[in-house]
Amino acid sequence: METILQQVQGFMYPNEIELQWSILIVLYPFITGLVAGAFILASLEKVFRVEAVKPTYRLALLTALAFLLVAPLPLQLHLGHPERSLEMYLTPHTSSAMAMFGFVYLWYLMVVLVLEIWLDYREEIVLRARSSRGALRLLYRIMSLGVDNISPQSLKIDEKLARIITIIGVPSAFLLHGYVGFIFGSVKANPWWSTPLMPIVFLFSAMVSGIALVMLMYMVVSSWRRTGIDMRCLDTIARYLFYAFIIDFSLELLDLVHRIYEADESFKSLDFMVHTKLFTSQIVIQIVLGTLLPLGLLFLTQVARLSERARKTVYGTAGVLTMVGIFAMRWNVVIGGQLFSKSFLGYTTYKLDFATREGLLPAIVLMILPFVILALLVRLLPPWEPNDAGTKTTACP
Amino acid sequence: MSHFFKDTEHLLRMAGLFAAGVVGFVVLRAIFVPAGFGELGHFRTGALADNQSRPLVFAGREACEECHDEVVALRKGGAHAGVGCEACHGALAAHAGDPATVQARRPDPKATCLICHLPNAAKPTSFPQVDPSEHGDGQACTSCHRPHNPKVQ
Amino acid sequence: MPTTRRELLQKGSALLLLTGAAAAALEEVLAGTPEKAEGYRLQEHWWAMTIDIGACIGCGNCVRACKTENDVPREPYYFRTWVERYRVPEGDLEHPLVDSPNGGYDGFPELSQPDKGAKSFFVPKLCNHCAHSPCVQVCPVGATFESPDGVVLVDTTYCLGCRYCVQACPYGCRFIDPRSHTVNKCTLCYHRITRGLTTACCETCPTGARRLGDLKSPTDPIHEFLRTHTVHVLKPQMATGSKVYYAALDGSVR
Repeated sequence: METILQQVQGFMYPNEIELQWSILIVLYPFITGLVAGAFILASLEKVFRVEAVKPTYRLALLTALAFLLVAPLPLQLHLGHPERSLEMYLTPHTSSAMAMFGFVYLWYLMVVLVLEIWLDYREEIVLRARSSRGALRLLYRIMSLGVDNISPQSLKIDEKLARIITIIGVPSAFLLHGYVGFIFGSVKANPWWSTPLMPIVFLFSAMVSGIALVMLMYMVVSSWRRTGIDMRCLDTIARYLFYAFIIDFSLELLDLVHRIYEADESFKSLDFMVHTKLFTSQIVIQIVLGTLLPLGLLFLTQVARLSERARKTVYGTAGVLTMVGIFAMRWNVVIGGQLFSKSFLGYTTYKLDFATREGLLPAIVLMILPFVILALLVRLLPPWEPNDAGTKTTACP
Repeated sequence: MSHFFKDTEHLLRMAGLFAAGVVGFVVLRAIFVPAGFGELGHFRTGALADNQSRPLVFAGREACEECHDEVVALRKGGAHAGVGCEACHGALAAHAGDPATVQARRPDPKATCLICHLPNAAKPTSFPQVDPSEHGDGQACTSCHRPHNPKVQ
Repeated sequence: MPTTRRELLQKGSALLLLTGAAAAALEEVLAGTPEKAEGYRLQEHWWAMTIDIGACIGCGNCVRACKTENDVPREPYYFRTWVERYRVPEGDLEHPLVDSPNGGYDGFPELSQPDKGAKSFFVPKLCNHCAHSPCVQVCPVGATFESPDGVVLVDTTYCLGCRYCVQACPYGCRFIDPRSHTVNKCTLCYHRITRGLTTACCETCPTGARRLGDLKSPTDPIHEFLRTHTVHVLKPQMATGSKVYYAALDGSVR
């Protein structure tokens, strides 16, 4: 604390000097954003009947699940008393967006994601329950709820129900991540956060990051399995990434222009902060490298005729830059919102430790963990047929 | 018809699981929601008593006045009449509770006065401010001023 | 020593009665409501505070008294109440120079020289015990709340330490106690005011700049004060229903 004290510029209310929300709270919206984005990409196939993205349907769902399971962990690590977190279910304060999190999360996990995955995979689960042995067989039997029936009629009912769930799932995904934006956007005390645009900006940047993630994963996994990449699929995903990015960029630009134009009491202080303390993370990383560059690259693929190899390189680069940019966006919102004083007269610094409870190390571990879980899930419920290019039913026409 | 139930058995079982979850939640709530929650608002009523049951560290001037009549008389009408006893003498609930065993300390005859009376541009100009280098010849303030009624006659 | 059966019956029933009464009283005390235990009725009070900027001398007594009374961590930098010093350059309300060295705990070092044409003054700050408190609104579990007598309090056995309320307070009055990992803030010395005493800060304020007020008490001097002074609250545009009223508050105060 003493070191932070020495680095305070100007005046801050004494209790403001130490930041309240750390990198873990940056991680949380990033992770739930990936969940929402991956799910919406998956639902493109089911609900909007975009056939082209079918090869990524199951992979997107499993990715969403893996990340959703990890999502509460940064929050638990951050809480002063994680053992009391059940209180949010027992006595939720209905005026608090954070209280509603527990129920939205539970709803989304159980009713949307788990149900949808279960319905989609049920045939395979039963088949594997029949053909495997030992502990694995028990696991599959539990997953099938002890029901062995995979008649065409039952599968048809499953498919109908799955479609309904996906339709419910889309607004649920919006809610899952939109409320995170609302948690910030509804804090009138903080002008960096307080805007009605916040939930929408969060949501669209979530879609961008989620689509980019699935796109990258599809490319990586296909290259590992040495199966070909369905270029029609990849091109379609990239196109949706581009559209989502344009909307996201427009929204953030709108927020920026609005702030500069209205120039309210907080503007000078925030402007100074962006140009000094947030220069690297916001202007360089989020805007230039993380938004303008990938947008430009994707635009190129839409207007120019590039070879397959060139497109893959561009998509890969754009995807990585996008992920970095969206992470930077979360960082700039969460950390940026705490670097300036609510008196608009001063600034503090964020000291990121390494191996403490809220340090860089747990953050890195929490980012790797979903991939570990995903690897397990992919083992249990392969998103593709063995030796198949990677679709559930037929290959992409 | 029986086919229908056979084909939806897995769904019924899943629905059953969900129902069990809801029941479990209701039971959990009944067990774990703390007593007295929600009576006066969205909080545990006992928290009011928790906040109320801290020990006193400052006694409050009325407690001092119960015993120290002579000081009360002295302060009457003086410039320090409105200043609480513990503003200079420090926290004295322990002394008020057990005057025989817990002694009160005499404040420093100069440093204590300067806490308030040292000149500062931000102090209201009507407030008496004294530069110790220009007033008092380096002596303790109590050489001339009685702290309980400071005006020098 | 009771000699006759009659006396035995009399004394015995008296004893029983007293025991019963004592038991009932004990039950009330243990029931944990200040109202029942101390003759303090929640509905009869609506607490507020007035701060007269024209009277504050920045002595820091309030800051020290609060830390002493409420066991607030001394290090490194946590405050339930603190004092800010403003220096407003001539005609420039938008760029005051503000400082609060250790929250005013050690008073304020004297200015090397007063600025020409500038005005300066002290502003004590604390929890405003808002009637429409944004911090209470965002607490996910009900660990912070407005008591029926108008004090915003914390249930430290229930607080998760999520820090949302700290973010939501526009006045910066909350902090996380590093010892308990729960939120901590001014309680308006609830343990004192429910016993008819005043807050530690008001008790030790030598000039009466800080005064506790009970808006529901018809004889309380706060009514006269609010009538005869020009009063402001901090950040009125936030519509928090702040109950700390500042007299002679300058427009430069944040």
